[in-house]
Amino acid sequence: MASSVGTPNNAPEHCPGTQSESAGKASACAGCPNQQICASGEVKGPDPGIELVRERLKDVDNKILVLSGKGGVGKSTVTALLSRAIAMRNCDLNVAVLDVDICGPSQPRVLGVMDEQVHQSGSGWSPVFVDDNLSVMSIGFLLSSVDDAIIWRGPKKNGMIRQFLSEVDWGKLDYLLIDTPPGTSDEHLSLSTYLSQADLTGALIITTPQEIALLDVRKEIDFCRKVNINILGVVENMSVFVCPCCKSLSEIFPATTGGAKQMCMDLDVPFLGSLPLDPLIARCCDEGRDFVNELPDSPATKSIIDVVNNLVQSCKKKQ
Amino acid sequence: MLDNVKHVILVLSGKGGVGKSTVSAQLALTLKEKGFKVGLLDIDLCGPSIPYLLNLEKQDVHQAEGGWIPVYADKEQKLSVMSIGFLLNNRNASVVWRGPKKTAMVKQFLTDVCWGDLDYLIIDTPPGTSDEHITIMENLKTVKCDGAVIVTTPQQVAIEDVRKEITFCKKTGIPIIGLIENMSGFVCATCTECTNIFSKGGGESVAKLVAVPFLGTLPIDPRIGKLLGKCCVTELPDSIWAKMFSTIVTEIMAKEA
Repeated sequence: MASSVGTPNNAPEHCPGTQSESAGKASACAGCPNQQICASGEVKGPDPGIELVRERLKDVDNKILVLSGKGGVGKSTVTALLSRAIAMRNCDLNVAVLDVDICGPSQPRVLGVMDEQVHQSGSGWSPVFVDDNLSVMSIGFLLSSVDDAIIWRGPKKNGMIRQFLSEVDWGKLDYLLIDTPPGTSDEHLSLSTYLSQADLTGALIITTPQEIALLDVRKEIDFCRKVNINILGVVENMSVFVCPCCKSLSEIFPATTGGAKQMCMDLDVPFLGSLPLDPLIARCCDEGRDFVNELPDSPATKSIIDVVNNLVQSCKKKQ
Repeated sequence: MLDNVKHVILVLSGKGGVGKSTVSAQLALTLKEKGFKVGLLDIDLCGPSIPYLLNLEKQDVHQAEGGWIPVYADKEQKLSVMSIGFLLNNRNASVVWRGPKKTAMVKQFLTDVCWGDLDYLIIDTPPGTSDEHITIMENLKTVKCDGAVIVTTPQQVAIEDVRKEITFCKKTGIPIIGLIENMSGFVCATCTECTNIFSKGGGESVAKLVAVPFLGTLPIDPRIGKLLGKCCVTELPDSIWAKMFSTIVTEIMAKEA
């Protein structure tokens, strides 16, 4: 089996890894076509991708990772809602969304640009524009059918993420929100590596109130601390459900352990607000419609605006 | 590998947070209630939920000569459980691993756990179609796998990812036992009005579209989240969940005959 650090796909068995001390010198290296390069130490330098990403993203003021250890808590929905709300706030702000969920891309649907295609030009991939000041890039645009599955192991996903970070022609951006898959694995490690020199503003963490989600979200916060990612704050999604019939409140995902607020206090991270569970949000996302714009008087819209304000403040503090 | 296991059932979904672990746990508990010897293997390495759902969080896995001794959920030792959660010394600790390490761990779970004789082994998976799934699929080639139960929620954004998972099963030759639609409707406790929070019917229509059996719908029932190790069939016998799981288990048992 391949070693975990820097082993190429076509490496011989027992390859020590290109970044290893014994690269090019181990017995397994005998006969490998790359032995000389490895032995020369040339590849020991940092991944050239890091510099490419830094260069490409230097005109992006705020780079925000949207993370959650748990799946289905609304990372993509909240990413879309927030980016739309930021873009609407001021039409001079340029906002973009990068969807790095390779196996389950949701942004094309949630932002209502499912049938669009990505074009390649001399300066890189052109993102798809949802609005004049809101653009998006996702692997979903590169698939020919919704049924197409991306059955890739880590290294291929990493290559794709590197390309997304270094080859998309965003232009000048005020905010770039990066939507991620659940977990603390390849995608997350690659993002943290490639963005290490690119002045990452921080991570926005999404959770739902119940303990089974918080359990995984605490792991994500632990991950951020391990790899030195600043935490901008936590948003609690699906907090309460308002019955459209009788307006009474129900806790569908009960916060038996105090919900996100308690977790934020325990772990000393900022709490940015909570969003209600509104069936209309789910429907708008399915149809790719702009909830914030269509239902400006909804209590959910108000909560979204509050979260945006807190997030913007949090970003300013970082700068 | 898994020589003394009669049946292997995978629980899959392209989408996260749709209830894979809850369905896996209830499926295992219902099969146990029917008198079978059941194993439950959690291969979600970055977000293991099974120890919490079965109220086994403080338990430890022991190392014996023949391999790891799984954690038993009951005194009679009819339900044995393995999860990376048992190997972490702090419940907040993250497992930050790239693919190859995850692959090695999944392989170890398949080869080094002393399950003993099992009628059913339920495997709970993380979302996606990547390392863990490829590893399980490759290793199960040598073992007879009964098939996969696929869990979805009704909204399109979940269905889309689930269609990818179905493509994965078809491409890799994993038979599909059927599709379950979870979180289908919520009944307000005050006015008993049923609201389809995440819409409705998406599961059934996609099952038809891609020609896989549809097993039924499960409503949002906050009582289910509080069961923590208890079986819905015995604890909430009047609930739709209890009826559904009885039906699903009967169907799974019929498959064998």
